[in-house]
Amino acid sequence: MDVLMLSRLQFAAASMFHFLFVPLTLGLSVLTAIYETKYVTTGDEDYKRAAKFWGKLFLINFALGVVTGITLEFQFGTNWSSYSKYVGDVFGSLLAIEATLAFYLESTFIGVWVFTWNKVKPKTHALFIWLVAIASNVSALWILIANGWMQHPVGYVLRNGRAELADFIAVITNKFAIYEFLHTVSGAYILSGFFVMGVSAWHILRNNELEFFKKSFRIAATFALVFALFEIFNGHLHGAEVAETQPTKLAAMESHWETKKSAPMYLFLIPDEENERNSLELFPIPGMLSMLAYHSPSAEVKGLKDFPKDERPPVGLTFFGFRIMVGLGFLFGLLTILAWLKRNAPETAPALLKVLILAIPLPYLAIEAGWVVAEVGRQPWIVYGLMKTKDAVSVLASSQVLISLIAFVAFYSFLGIIDFYLLAKYARKGPEKAN
Amino acid sequence: MFETIWFILWGVLWAVYFMLDGFDLGIGTLMPFLAKSDEDKRYMYNAMGPFWDGNEVWLITAGGATFAAFPTAYAIMFNGLYSALLLLLFALIARGVTFEFRNKVEGSSWKGLWDTFHFIGSFVPALLLGVAFANIFAGLPLDNNGVFQGGLFTLLNPYGILGGILFVLAFITHGALWLAVKTSGELRARALATAGKTWVGLLVVAVLFLAFTWVHTDLFSNYIKYPVMWLIPILAVTALLMMKKFIAAGQEIKAWVASAITIVSITFFGIGGLYPRLLPSSLDPKYDVTIWNASSSELTLKIMLGVAAIMVPIVIAYQAWVYVFLGKKLTEEDLKYEEAY
Ligand code: HDD
Ligand code: HEM
Ligand code: HEM
Repeated sequence: MDVLMLSRLQFAAASMFHFLFVPLTLGLSVLTAIYETKYVTTGDEDYKRAAKFWGKLFLINFALGVVTGITLEFQFGTNWSSYSKYVGDVFGSLLAIEATLAFYLESTFIGVWVFTWNKVKPKTHALFIWLVAIASNVSALWILIANGWMQHPVGYVLRNGRAELADFIAVITNKFAIYEFLHTVSGAYILSGFFVMGVSAWHILRNNELEFFKKSFRIAATFALVFALFEIFNGHLHGAEVAETQPTKLAAMESHWETKKSAPMYLFLIPDEENERNSLELFPIPGMLSMLAYHSPSAEVKGLKDFPKDERPPVGLTFFGFRIMVGLGFLFGLLTILAWLKRNAPETAPALLKVLILAIPLPYLAIEAGWVVAEVGRQPWIVYGLMKTKDAVSVLASSQVLISLIAFVAFYSFLGIIDFYLLAKYARKGPEKAN
Repeated sequence: MFETIWFILWGVLWAVYFMLDGFDLGIGTLMPFLAKSDEDKRYMYNAMGPFWDGNEVWLITAGGATFAAFPTAYAIMFNGLYSALLLLLFALIARGVTFEFRNKVEGSSWKGLWDTFHFIGSFVPALLLGVAFANIFAGLPLDNNGVFQGGLFTLLNPYGILGGILFVLAFITHGALWLAVKTSGELRARALATAGKTWVGLLVVAVLFLAFTWVHTDLFSNYIKYPVMWLIPILAVTALLMMKKFIAAGQEIKAWVASAITIVSITFFGIGGLYPRLLPSSLDPKYDVTIWNASSSELTLKIMLGVAAIMVPIVIAYQAWVYVFLGKKLTEEDLKYEEAY
């Protein structure tokens, strides 16, 4: 394999691994902050124990989020140096702003929060976890503004042989980036809500600390419901934005080959990339694709065949990624409604609780699938319409990248297994006894 | 103008990073030699506990600021030093997880594994950062396209290795002093005694390094041109000597501050000698990567300066508050605290 392919695999592995941990950081920090605030306002010791218990799981997860993030920050230079040179003027500053605005705050106050349970007043202590939660979400905002710019570059001029910043405000108010942020963060909250519900369900079924876990469950159920419903709505808006700015990605997401007015959506379909068609198309909903993409059942939707072959993304991955995500999105809507209806007496619905335990991995799957859609669907561009991935890569020997890729996969798997083992171990252990 | 301001800021970020993460890399490097029991180790982990992650962000920002202000330099440096940087990265990853993992399972083989990770993850970055910076001072073999003509072993020349040893010694002295600040009794005494010994090594290597720098690099040419810049190495030497005095007097806080000033001024000595180059080329000065041919557009530099002017003082303020608030000596109570490492 060549340096380009190896670098792509390495970037994909590193970022997808980072994103196994980031969503729980984003959402569980908020939930932990909510529990601690409840403790401050009600004085109920259970909420203090909840903040400690979920906070501990948060920390175990956070450890890997932090260390794998450093890799990503370095990789633009190590593996995509032509990219860094060409767009660094716009892109580099967004990463640097992320670090100064968010990483310092989060990394500093997480340490303070851990070490000051009995050193400061409860109110002050709750403030620390809020700072952590806010900072982690601010970090998501800035990194997604950076990614949003790669998806839909705005506010730049081509000058001095590179893309230079022309309008900073346009970059940070990029509609694509804002949708991306709302969608990703909601996904992270869904994941965290399911995590808390699933772990609570496990204990409730065993009648362990029933009151404690019912309290955790109730808040998580409401939290997950709000964002699961919002996610379907804003996912649709996000899709419409993709249709407008990245027609090739939209066509690949639906495996849509021929340009058509009133394009239908097929509930079941198998793409046949080689022959530029679908080998199976079942259950069409007439005009639905036109409707979803352009809010009009008769709008024209461009098909893949209308684009040169070397500007089309891989269809299979993009298509299946999208189907998995959307399918799961509707499933989450359903499950969270059921969970919310039972939020006050979850112990009376053991079957639902069992399902919720099994559902813990599903939002992870949805989120990773979503990123495959976003990033693979953007190919062959690294910055849509502006720079191709193949022109972005560093000058390296393929042996160098091969060795580092193998090292990443091996080392990350090792650490990932340990981290998930510890998460499971402490999730099962339950909270410290009340005194 | 903005290029020069960013060059100075770039130096500040690296200097603060070395000053802060330097002590926890140092403690980690010393751990197998200084700790006699699990309790000692726990004191060492907890001495870094609330600080290490905030310290490491200075590295991320130094990298990020290089990317933002001098994207061409970021691209050339990170691409050219690929293998060295990935080693650094793996080391930092190995180290970063140990704090959270070590005390989560009982058993000496579990703890031993993470202690090993912690040592390697502390020693390797200290060494590599020194090797990398010494090589930058001496110039990297960069061709006309900024492509690095060499490999990992190109960096391991005598001057590079001496730079690595200098960093390791500076960091372990700095770490021993921070440990003394955070502990009391026998451990504090041992930490101070260690700092006294490594200080001698640091002095010898620092003198050798300066002499080698004189013959092997042209860092001193800026000093000859602008004699006022001699204040920087003079400050470094003064702080280094004061450090010894404070160690001998058992004044660990002052000694740590002197050590911090030493590290910052050594960094600035190098950065000052580089100006206006970010990455000198050892093949031909024409291929030097400078603040003029590697910087971002003026608009980007201005916006970034605005962000830095507001945010960096705020960051320094809250981090300083944390150091004062949580920098007190650890007690037995602190080790019993359920959230302690
Ligand atoms: C729990 C997670 C989750 C769920 C339930 C959904 N998504 Fe999603 N989706 C993501 C998590 C996610 C993500 C991982 O966060 C992505 C990757 C990039 C991004 O902006 O969000 C994403 C990307 C993404 C994209 C591609 C954007 C791009 O190209 O940048 C579209 C069009 C949608 N989503 C649309 C939807 C729709 C219509 C859903 C209906 C139910 C949906 N998503 C559910
Ligand atoms: C954390 C969530 C993310 C995941 C899971 C993810 C996933 C991926 C995947 C799977 C690829 C490979 C696509 C291919 O080669 O076909 C890729 C490529 C890439 N992504 Fe992302 N990505 C994420 C976020 C980001 C962000 C936030 C940025 C920028 C700030 C980014 C920048 C890139 C770059 C530079 C490439 C390399 C070029 C390429 O192969 O396309 N990614 N990513
Ligand atoms: C591909 C581009 C990305 C880069 C370069 C990147 C960079 C980093 C870095 C350097 C860290 C460690 C910070 C520390 O030491 O404290 C980190 C952690 C984190 N990242 Fe990423 N990241 C990327 C993708 C993402 C995405 C897409 C999100 C969110 C949507 C995200 C959110 C976070 C969060 C919440 C943390 C943990 C908390 C922290 O330490 O601040 N990252 N990331």
